[in-house]
Amino acid sequence: MKKHLISAADLSREDALRILDTAEELAQVSERSIKKLPTLRGRTVVNLFFEDSTRTRISFEAAAKRLSADVINFSAKGSSVSKGESLKDTALTLQAMGADAVVIRHGASGAPQNLTQWVSGSVVNAGDGTHEHPTQALLDAFTMRRRLGDLAGRRVAIVGDVLHSRVARSNVLLLHTLGAQVTLVAPPTLLPVAVDAWPCEVSYDLDAVLPKSDVVMMLRVQQERMNAAFFPSAREYSRRYGLDRDRMARIHDDAIVMHPGPMNRGMEIAAEVADSARSTIVEQVANGVTVRMAVLYLLLGGSEPAIGGTL
Amino acid sequence: MSDARNQVGAEARERAVLEEPDIQRALTRIAHEILERTKGGANILLLGIPTRGAILARRLAERIERVEGLPVPHGSLDVTMYRDDLRMRPARALGRTELPPDGVDGKTVVLVDDVLFSGRTVRAALDALNDLGRPTAVQLAILVDRGHRELPIRADYVGKNLPTSKSETVKVHVREIDGRDAVLLMKGEAE
Repeated sequence: MKKHLISAADLSREDALRILDTAEELAQVSERSIKKLPTLRGRTVVNLFFEDSTRTRISFEAAAKRLSADVINFSAKGSSVSKGESLKDTALTLQAMGADAVVIRHGASGAPQNLTQWVSGSVVNAGDGTHEHPTQALLDAFTMRRRLGDLAGRRVAIVGDVLHSRVARSNVLLLHTLGAQVTLVAPPTLLPVAVDAWPCEVSYDLDAVLPKSDVVMMLRVQQERMNAAFFPSAREYSRRYGLDRDRMARIHDDAIVMHPGPMNRGMEIAAEVADSARSTIVEQVANGVTVRMAVLYLLLGGSEPAIGGTL
Repeated sequence: MSDARNQVGAEARERAVLEEPDIQRALTRIAHEILERTKGGANILLLGIPTRGAILARRLAERIERVEGLPVPHGSLDVTMYRDDLRMRPARALGRTELPPDGVDGKTVVLVDDVLFSGRTVRAALDALNDLGRPTAVQLAILVDRGHRELPIRADYVGKNLPTSKSETVKVHVREIDGRDAVLLMKGEAE
């Protein structure tokens, strides 16, 4: 039975389109004065966050609350985890409290997958290590579709720190499912070893890729995960792979600029680019709530989940 | 061969209770009744419940416009998220909600649906409306009332009262979706 959302690869094209179409209808709820639906009344959603996060946690919380679910927020700081409790024991506690869904963010790749053994509810991956972040990919696809229409045949450039990025992997998988063509652009040191197995192209030259892209997605340089010298200096990185005003002039007129946030302004993206009309960065945050509502509704709203992977 | 036999079987099982002219007449009558009851259709808003109710709402609006010569606001109201039977089936796709820009506040809302059966869809629609604003009054127009209410709900405008047994299924076909206008009565539960 379909049950969890761990990887963007869990979603068939049909599933992905169902989520995007549902989100399209739910977008109206965010515009009205009573932003609440009774659909998940009596269901419990636990936000289990072992890593810092602003927008993802708030976004999942808002999504669950707008569907009238009860939300329990758990962050590792200030919990028994800081006394040394294991993920398994934390999971068993949640299970005993009757969580219908657990939204988990964890620093270790694969933690959500492990969690599925110990809880009976649906597990939604909100970012695990450098592995995946499927709801971010869904909200990115939703944002692209709203701006550009159907994604089949569209060209998407994902630029920057691919090596440490769960957003990049989820986006490559989902965009491939939806028929878009993805090109990863990064210095060789910031590409994962097995990148040739991903369903996308790879380039080291941003200036060559920009003119033919419909979407330019800039990734954050994840300095907190960098334990080695991946590039000589921040200035050199930003000169070769940063999106500044001159580079933006080379993108064609209808193309959009995205960033999953949080941004390093002046590093991978110039402030004037981030604040320009082509940038969808603020839209992405608003769309995040809508898309997560769609995911929670399709997982928890019916007698059984209508989307997701089998484990 | 087996296909042909199935089709014959299907035809024997389903019977058209209303044909296109009957439906046209019923809608025209309802349009006039709405005008009469709402004193010329002042401040009305026709809201159809997707998918077929929304089409019927548009047709009613066109008829009222033809009679009164005034544009009649109409739209659709999806009630999926408000249903009480969501947990009985896998989560389903949502229909479209389209409201005029000035919303439902202060309007006489006429809900429009194809079939009135248990009344649970209408209850969901009343809840949905409640979250959208505060209409002055809410009325209900229905093409076919087949009985078997499970809630204290009744229609203000009825195209046809159709006595049915609970084991039968009533299906409304409309030109825009199904290629023809008809109300079909079928033996046995729907597929």
